[in-house]
Amino acid sequence: MEVPRHWRLKKQRYALVGEVCPHCEAKIFPPRDVCPECGGEAKTTFQFSGRGEVYSFTTIYNPPRGFEENVPYTVALVKLDEGPIVTAQLTDVDAEQVEIGMPVEMVTRRLRQDGDERGVIIYGYKFRPRSLAS
Amino acid sequence: MTEIIIAGIGQTDVGEHWGRSLRDLAVEAILQALDDAGGLRPQMLVVGNMLAPLLSNQSHLGALLADYAGLNGIEAYTVEAADASGAAALRQAWIAVRSGFVDAALAVGVEKATDRIGADLELALATLTDSDYELEQGLTPAAQAALLARRYLHDFQLPRESLGVFPQLAHAHAVDNPHAMFRRAISAELYARAATTQAPLNVFDGAPFADGAAAVLLTRADLLPANFPHPRVAIRGSATVTDALALHDRPDPLDFRAARLSAQKALTQAGYNHIEEMDFFEYSDTYSIYAALSLEAVGAAPRGGAPQRASTGAFNRDGRLPCATLGGLKARGHAGGATGLYQAVEAALQLRGQAGPAQLASARRGLIQSLGGPASVAITHLLERLT
Repeated sequence: MEVPRHWRLKKQRYALVGEVCPHCEAKIFPPRDVCPECGGEAKTTFQFSGRGEVYSFTTIYNPPRGFEENVPYTVALVKLDEGPIVTAQLTDVDAEQVEIGMPVEMVTRRLRQDGDERGVIIYGYKFRPRSLAS
Repeated sequence: MTEIIIAGIGQTDVGEHWGRSLRDLAVEAILQALDDAGGLRPQMLVVGNMLAPLLSNQSHLGALLADYAGLNGIEAYTVEAADASGAAALRQAWIAVRSGFVDAALAVGVEKATDRIGADLELALATLTDSDYELEQGLTPAAQAALLARRYLHDFQLPRESLGVFPQLAHAHAVDNPHAMFRRAISAELYARAATTQAPLNVFDGAPFADGAAAVLLTRADLLPANFPHPRVAIRGSATVTDALALHDRPDPLDFRAARLSAQKALTQAGYNHIEEMDFFEYSDTYSIYAALSLEAVGAAPRGGAPQRASTGAFNRDGRLPCATLGGLKARGHAGGATGLYQAVEAALQLRGQAGPAQLASARRGLIQSLGGPASVAITHLLERLT
């Protein structure tokens, strides 16, 4: 079990909290405190909208240990409206219907269970087609 | 300029060595390299390894391998740079000898891939991604390659089969390499029929992760024995460039920036300007798409144009820029942290004129480039035969 590692990432996993650079306005996710655009210090938190589009995607049948019960699952590179790309699973969509450019939005879902039956259930962001939004 | 010479080379066959251990393989390659160097003894052993702590429950390979190879007492430790660990070991050995602190240094790369299988192996490999932000979404190295391939085929409007030229080239070249894992050519029809493993990639698009070890002994030219039996091959350029570890942290994921910049640096160090001045290029075809993106990064093909150029035969052994001349990662096999040293051994064979039926007609200088992950690091060396 790796409880502390998952606990300390909760703001990113549950709310897509990143940073904005006070020098060049670049939006940053994941947060890293050093702006990848200008190299300046960037510790101002920034709440991403969770909206974006699919840059690329693939469906996984040979998973790492820990993800066996999710198979098959589709992972995408999602380009957020604010600029950064995130790696995330897609949900609420058949793999055959996914295409590059598809508008998507963030939702919070179960990622996997950590370890045995006493392990924590890890929740985090996934993305679903935006057309499903009410 | 102080010339740093590849004095000795050694390599095991690449494959599934169920009956052999990590230390057996490494020691075989080390002893071959020492023998090939005609009696030179190293003061330093640099080990390139990717996953022994996870796959074989074995860390601290420096002390282990120095002792088992009969070199107990010498300076020894591991360097790790994912799939480029072997190239990183070569570079550390080169730095040590080039600096003058060490007279002769041995770099050995070793991977014991088959000590784990299935989901445990996939997890070990997936630790090479960004654990918090890629692995935790279930991403694997094969999936990273598939993400790049799908976007590449989309952006340049290429048919899915266009990437098949790279595994076909690799398999055709490996026929003549006695150490290669797959020594049978594959046809375009066989490639097109192959089972999809990680769409859009099929089973032929990914290099087989396998067991193997390779070693290179470096020394200064003035320290070579008078009766040194081989043509002298020097490392005249050496450069490491990193990029963001995670694919999502790059402004243009289809630009293998580290591959481009490290190749430029290595060429410049040796007094060259362009990849076309090389007689061969050993790229990292960890996946077919990585061969394409590497060729485009180093300037051997325009963006989106590598498959088409490959289909003209430009990268065959009789082409303008021969690549993967002994089978590359795809058909020689991808022995993880040993791969960068297999490239060095194979380049030395070509430059010495010892490549047998795989010998290039003209081989005076060549570039070898090892990628860690999707070019999260690229380590490039330029090797040249001295006259």
